[in-house]
Amino acid sequence: MMEILQLPFMQNAIWAGILAAIACGVIGSLVVVNRSVFMAGGIAHAAYGGVGIAFFFSLPALPCIIGFSIFIALLMAVLTVKHSGRMDTIIGVLWAVGMATGIILVDLTPGYNVDLMSFLFGSILAVPSSDVHVMVALVFLIVVVVTFFYKELLSISYDREFSQVRGVKVAHLHFLVLCLIAIAVVMTIRVVGLILIMALFTIAPYLVEKYACSLARMMVIASGLNIFFVLVGLWLSYRFDLTSGATIILTAACFFIVFETVAAAVRRARQE
Amino acid sequence: MNVQEKVQDPEAVIELYNVSFSFGKALVLKDVTLTIPKGDFVAIIGPNGGGKTTLVKIILGLLSPQKGTVRLLGKPPTLSCRYAGYMPQYATGDRDFPIRVIEVVMLGLVGTGSHGPFWSKSEREKAERALDMVGMLAFSQKKIGGLSGGQLQRTLLARALVSEPEILFLDEPMANIDIGGQTILFDLLAELNEKMTIVFVTHDVGLLSRHVKSVICVNQRVFFHPAAEITPEMAHILMGEECSMDLIAHGLPHRVLGQHRGR
Repeated sequence: MMEILQLPFMQNAIWAGILAAIACGVIGSLVVVNRSVFMAGGIAHAAYGGVGIAFFFSLPALPCIIGFSIFIALLMAVLTVKHSGRMDTIIGVLWAVGMATGIILVDLTPGYNVDLMSFLFGSILAVPSSDVHVMVALVFLIVVVVTFFYKELLSISYDREFSQVRGVKVAHLHFLVLCLIAIAVVMTIRVVGLILIMALFTIAPYLVEKYACSLARMMVIASGLNIFFVLVGLWLSYRFDLTSGATIILTAACFFIVFETVAAAVRRARQE
Repeated sequence: MNVQEKVQDPEAVIELYNVSFSFGKALVLKDVTLTIPKGDFVAIIGPNGGGKTTLVKIILGLLSPQKGTVRLLGKPPTLSCRYAGYMPQYATGDRDFPIRVIEVVMLGLVGTGSHGPFWSKSEREKAERALDMVGMLAFSQKKIGGLSGGQLQRTLLARALVSEPEILFLDEPMANIDIGGQTILFDLLAELNEKMTIVFVTHDVGLLSRHVKSVICVNQRVFFHPAAEITPEMAHILMGEECSMDLIAHGLPHRVLGQHRGR
């Protein structure tokens, strides 16, 4: 057990996992209370366009995906800021167009890219130290921004119109939240892949939502749970030689099912 | 005629001049001209879908009319709305939201420049005072999901009051509150009315308390009447021509609608 911790790639994987878990716990909580899971899903999938750009132009992957995801997030923010009834359609279109762009660009790139699967399903065991450093900076950025704007973010999440009357810059914060989602998505692509990101965004925050008495607490506990899921999933992946992204998500899902079942049983027992 | 001059009345807290608003192609409000004086206690009445909430949202700057001028406290609403208290229409809302009663009320102070996740002592005290005013202090540490509909209403009223607004907007404040609670709430509003202008929306014409000073009747068109009664013109706007009703006499402490004949 202990010897695996000595391996450098495993150390990087653990650090990357913990950092992504924190980012997803904090931003996922925001996404869940805002009911914007679909929007986060849209950004996560459209981010594949960034992968395509990186491959086609032989550019470094992480900056490309960050740039493209933020571009998609801003585009989505511009199109949805008025909160029109067609929001979900706009998100659906961007979701598909982003992915399609990525696929076409990868098709046009000469040679077969084995690495591609790693963006879809994660390659936490192949995270280089340089990426871990970037992730530290991004998590720091997320935590600082969310802490500073905590009251405003809480306010627009709880009651957008009321916040507007209070003079909160609702539209600016809408842009900010979408950019934060994009950053968290990019970080998590490395860990579980863009297909599975939504699980880390939603499972822990949803579990905690009912029991936490403040958004800050929800963010902290959800981050903790995510770290637990990532570490257990990583170990299972190593032990049984399975894809790490999938073991992490299934760990979270099993925990979710067991927890909800027990909670329901406890509720029923209390009622009797 | 100069529009700017038309809408500069020092005693007025709300001025609308020739305001029209439509959602897409559906016209909601047509040529609304309206002046509400300082210290008024106004009931906005009208049928469901008649444009009451839209009118309030236009006054608060949440919606921009396609035509006309709006002034709130003498300024365009987006500049002055922070001096208004707003209690939105009761929504089933998000019962799972992880927030306590006191923090909901403190959100009524957001936008005043304090950042970060912690609330100051003075913010906390202000919130407690507001909760005390609406009789919800005992629930301050309770999670929002554990409240009844009426308790949630009172919490949202405290949130609207905590910033000590100059003008208070309440959208359907009496929904979910029983008759006894309504009387208590009206008494509280009457007390607050000594310090601030109050505008409230109700779809229930029977709810005109003796404290109400004037009535605005909204059904696409808007009619302002500076007394707490329903006039034949208003009935006309409210009900259309196919329906007539006996009107309420002046001076009764509680007004009850008289005989109401359908077509």
